[in-house]
Formats: sequence, C-alpha cells, structure tokens
Amino acid sequence: MSVTETALVAGYTVADGLLIAASLFVTLAVAMLYRAIVGPTNQDRVLAVNVLGTNTVVILALLGAALDEPWFLDIALVYALLNFLMSIAISKFTVERGGVI
Amino acid sequence: MIAGVRIGLIGVCLALGLFFTLVSTTGVIRLPDVFSRAHTASQADTLGAGFALAAVALTLGWDTATVKTVLLLVFIFVTNPTAAHAIARAAYEEGVEPWTTGDERR
Repeated sequence: MSVTETALVAGYTVADGLLIAASLFVTLAVAMLYRAIVGPTNQDRVLAVNVLGTNTVVILALLGAALDEPWFLDIALVYALLNFLMSIAISKFTVERGGVI
Repeated sequence: MIAGVRIGLIGVCLALGLFFTLVSTTGVIRLPDVFSRAHTASQADTLGAGFALAAVALTLGWDTATVKTVLLLVFIFVTNPTAAHAIARAAYEEGVEPWTTGDERR
C-alpha cells in the first residue's frame, strides 16, 4: 500500500489531504488576484503575480504527489524558473538605470 | 511507528504551509504600501511554500521525484526573496514614497 492511500485524519487519506490543501491554495491565489488587479503601482502588480506564481508551483507539486503523476514536478520547476525571470526582467527594465540587483 | 510519524509530519507540514501562505496573502492584501507588501511576500510566502513542498517530498518518499522537489524547494528559497528585493528596489528607484504612520493607505 502506498503512502497516498494511508489514512491521514478522520477517514481522509493522504491524497485527499493533499487535494484539499491544493484547493485551499487555489482559494488563496484567487484572493491574491485582488492585489494584482487593484494594486496602485506597477510594482504591486508584479509582486502579486510573483506570489501567485509561487502558489502555482506549490499547487502543481501537491497535485503531482496526490494524483501520482511525478512529471508535474518538471512543469513546476520550469514554471518557477520562468516566474523568477519574469520578476527580475520587469523590475530591471522598468527602471531607467536598470541596476536593481 | 516510523510510518505513523511520517504521516503525522505530512499533516503538520501541510497545515503549517497553509497557515504561512494565509499570513502572506493577508499581508499582501492588507498592508499599506509596496515595501511592506514586498517584505511579507518574501518571508511568509517562502516559508509557506517550503513547508508545502516538504509535505510533498515526505509523501513521495525515496524517489527521483523527491530530488526534483528538494531542488524546487532550494530554488524557491533562493529566488523568492531575491525577486521581492528587486521589485522593492525598482519601486524605490521609480520614486514610490515609503508609507509612514498617519499617511493614507495605498
């Protein structure tokens, strides 16, 4: 019997627990979208999208473990790289001097 | 015995990851200006993602997928604060005034 099928708490298996956690992470990501839309400055929006990207990576990893699809982790790795590149590129090239790092 | 400890640790890591991500979401939505938001986004969110990925690594056990998860964890621990720092610095260079007590919320 694999780990994902053992009981976690009160009749829920570990896979159920991971899926519930993933759904709560989705809820938090949707709440974060408020700042990405409203945010008064551009940097607020970039920051919110960056945090959203981190949440997406975590959700992908949780789904990969819960559904027993390990290749989701490859996509999560690529997404994390692109997310970091996006934040650095936007914050570097919106400033005149460009020396933000 | 060991399996029970492992299952318990998975639950605890998931709960802590969710808690810290909730703290970071609340901070990014509620705090008054971009610098304080960058601070909560870099610290609380990194810790939340770290705990959640630790739960995933514990679930996967000894596997090549676990190596990828740990790699992802290390990468997020390095890059997330770096990105938040770069964004806060870009905001400062563009002339965003830091919030002080008594100012209006932005």
